[in-house]
Amino acid sequence: MKRLLLIALLLPFTAHATDYMLTIKDHQFQPAEFSVPSGTKIKLLIENQDATPEEFDSYPLNREKVITGHGTATIYIGPLTPGRYTFIGEFHETTAQGVIVAQ
Amino acid sequence: MFGTAIIVFREVLEASIIIGILAAATRNIPGSRRWLVAGLLAGLVGAGVVAASTDAIGSLANGIGQEIFNAIVLGVAVLMLAWHNIWMASHGAVLAANAKLVGRNIRDGNSECSALLVIVGLAVLREGSETVLFLYGIAASGDGGQSSMMFGGMVGMLLGIAVGYTLYAGLLRVPMRWFFAATGILVLLLAAGMASQAARFLIQADLLPSLAAPLWDTSAVLPESGLPGMLLHSLIGYDSRPAGMQIVFYLTALVAIFIGMKWAARPRQAAMKK
Repeated sequence: MKRLLLIALLLPFTAHATDYMLTIKDHQFQPAEFSVPSGTKIKLLIENQDATPEEFDSYPLNREKVITGHGTATIYIGPLTPGRYTFIGEFHETTAQGVIVAQ
Repeated sequence: MFGTAIIVFREVLEASIIIGILAAATRNIPGSRRWLVAGLLAGLVGAGVVAASTDAIGSLANGIGQEIFNAIVLGVAVLMLAWHNIWMASHGAVLAANAKLVGRNIRDGNSECSALLVIVGLAVLREGSETVLFLYGIAASGDGGQSSMMFGGMVGMLLGIAVGYTLYAGLLRVPMRWFFAATGILVLLLAAGMASQAARFLIQADLLPSLAAPLWDTSAVLPESGLPGMLLHSLIGYDSRPAGMQIVFYLTALVAIFIGMKWAARPRQAAMKK
């Protein structure tokens, strides 16, 4: 019974994927590197402050999504195993580069 | 300029391969060329419309509209490819004999051609809209070097089209007795690959569980960023780090369409035995 109660209490926290914010400005990601816990689903919110569209693209994460100029996008990633996962803004891949570190 | 060429090449490649295979597969169907061109034009218009409405589509369904849209487009394409292959399986003998389609077959031929139109249109729409956004971004950025980047885009586009055309020309050289089996298998793998991509978008939108992600990792051996990986991705849906659910979708589409083709081919074989 106690265990059930504990599960019920924890449920609201586990049911929601953890949110992370990522900003695109001057064709660069901010933060360019950030850590996330491994083994859990992550909700990534990306805000594009540039006027031009960008495509969040990551082969390691197996994700791609277009974000319009001054637009926002939501991407779910994970659960990840510990490691470094690079991502790029495909439309400006010389400057738009970042890493997600799963710990 | 080089980077631009690669991006546009990658986008154009998939649509180009789909068109190349289908153009070859339907070569004996009367009027198929006209439907193919109509699909291409509709797809180009559609790509512009989708690119212009990216914001509106993206904000639907709490920010996962883009994934749902892509999954639906891919799902419809899979159904149409399945229909095409099953239709070909039941009419292959007639087409192989290069016979003129007569009577009721003409009506069938028209429905097959509308499937062709939808497949080509959706392929161009999906891949084209991203190219339009990318090129628009270049044109709007105003930080110089646009003409060289636009030139790069043109080079990428022409290279992508060249691959599709090479595939088409190569398929036409396949001897007739293997031709339908060859195009049938290619279309089957195209459809399975698209089903897997649809699953990937639904996982990205958190509408489906990933079921082990990734199931395997062959990115060190055959990365999708390289040309062989890129070609295999477009041809057979190769993914270097697929989620388990993608494989479920891939195999389900593969088996379901294969059974459909066998089922459609069966009565014809029975009739031929008589």
